[in-house]
Amino acid sequence: MRVVKYEDIVKAIRDMIIYSTTHLAPDMKKALEEAYKNEKSEVSKAVLKQILDNAKIAEEEWKPLCQDTGLAIFFVKVGEDVKVEGGSLKDAIYEGTEKGYKEGYLRASTCDCFTRANLKDKIGYNLPPVIYFDIVPGDKIEIEYAAKGGGSENVSRATVLAPAAGKKGIIEFVKKVISDAGPNPCPPLVVGVGIGGSFDYAAVMSKHALFRDIGTKNPDPELAELEEEIKKECNKLGIGAMGMGGTETVLAVHIETFQPGRMCHIASLPVAVNVQCHSSRHAHITI
Amino acid sequence: MAEYKLRTPLRNEDVEKLKAGDIVYLSGVVYTARDAAHKRLVDLINEGKELPFDLEGAVIYYVGPTPPKPGEVIGSAGPTTSYRMDPYAPILIERGLKGMIGKGKRNKEVIEACKKHKAVYFGAVGGAAALIAKAIKSAEVIAYPELGPEAIRKLEVEDFPVVVVNDCYGNDLYEEGRKKWEQQ
Ligand code: SF4
Repeated sequence: MRVVKYEDIVKAIRDMIIYSTTHLAPDMKKALEEAYKNEKSEVSKAVLKQILDNAKIAEEEWKPLCQDTGLAIFFVKVGEDVKVEGGSLKDAIYEGTEKGYKEGYLRASTCDCFTRANLKDKIGYNLPPVIYFDIVPGDKIEIEYAAKGGGSENVSRATVLAPAAGKKGIIEFVKKVISDAGPNPCPPLVVGVGIGGSFDYAAVMSKHALFRDIGTKNPDPELAELEEEIKKECNKLGIGAMGMGGTETVLAVHIETFQPGRMCHIASLPVAVNVQCHSSRHAHITI
Repeated sequence: MAEYKLRTPLRNEDVEKLKAGDIVYLSGVVYTARDAAHKRLVDLINEGKELPFDLEGAVIYYVGPTPPKPGEVIGSAGPTTSYRMDPYAPILIERGLKGMIGKGKRNKEVIEACKKHKAVYFGAVGGAAALIAKAIKSAEVIAYPELGPEAIRKLEVEDFPVVVVNDCYGNDLYEEGRKKWEQQ
């Protein structure tokens, strides 16, 4: 049984948060540079230039890319042969999150659903995070982290389609979500689509799909094709950067299905769409 | 698409020359306020009390910045989504507010108020928060410090880059821009 120290996890998470909220994810940077080259609308091009300049300033000054430093989202895969010494893994993630947000001068954005009071004194600075745990073979701990802002979460949607709706229904649903969202989620966007599983799990997959590097192909050729088709359809909407009109609205569509077997119930076709703004802040570490 | 440099407070002549899609570099004083501060301002108006700043020609920026590091004027300070301020904006426009800076769509009432009283809604680039912070030269809390990031701040800005989304003629860049680039 491999042993990992509690403090090492806290530090790794703290560092990952401070780095990734000030350094635009390299795949997003590349995709935005590409969009800047291809954008045909003058206004949207000017917006893309500001977004790229912003990334440069943020990186040089270690200043948050966006003031909405989000909820902290974690997908954690824990090896069956690894043990945390000195505390629990969950506590380490909480502590690392609080340290990262506080010491990185990031915004505390968690609040009580009803009173809307900030939770920073009652629960902790930007706590609690949202964590999905999975147990896998091996002796490593893999942690994926994203800072997920409110603007793009607010327009994300989930539904359960009738099986007969098929691919056509999926394309229409995603297109409608992006169309209704318009300027609000800060386009250009990456669109995570979770298909199958159960109602709730489709949403989880749509969020996890956002961790895939932009520019990588879906290993399932049929889904790779569907991703391209959805992207093409969404870009016909003409929303453009920050909704000001243009050709580059969706930079990539990432589909995730329930494995094995791209499973869902014989009676349903769950579909969820999680929207990611251009300020993509995610990171991945293996301990 | 024209480009202008403007200084606050804005006058009717300033607002009248702006068209949806124009790029503007704003300098001068800009006040920050989000939902909670807006509610208090409107309550003061309804009670006939004095406001913490002069609305005549004023520009309000919808922002909740990150905490500043020691020595910094302000943290990262990009725009927040504007629709949360829609219920309050028309009352402030009626009282002299000339400009609002945020991101995302406004409702009919706000667009109508801009037409009727000559005001303009500017879009700043969401997520360009480190870049916008560079345009902010000073920041001072002038009301409601207990609201934290939502307190009203008086900002001195220099060449703050914004785009006209809703002008005083009823044009809407979000609709027009999209129509122009939409493919059937
Ligand atoms: S949607 Fe993204 S870029 Fe826009 S304000 Fe929210 S976190 Fe920032």
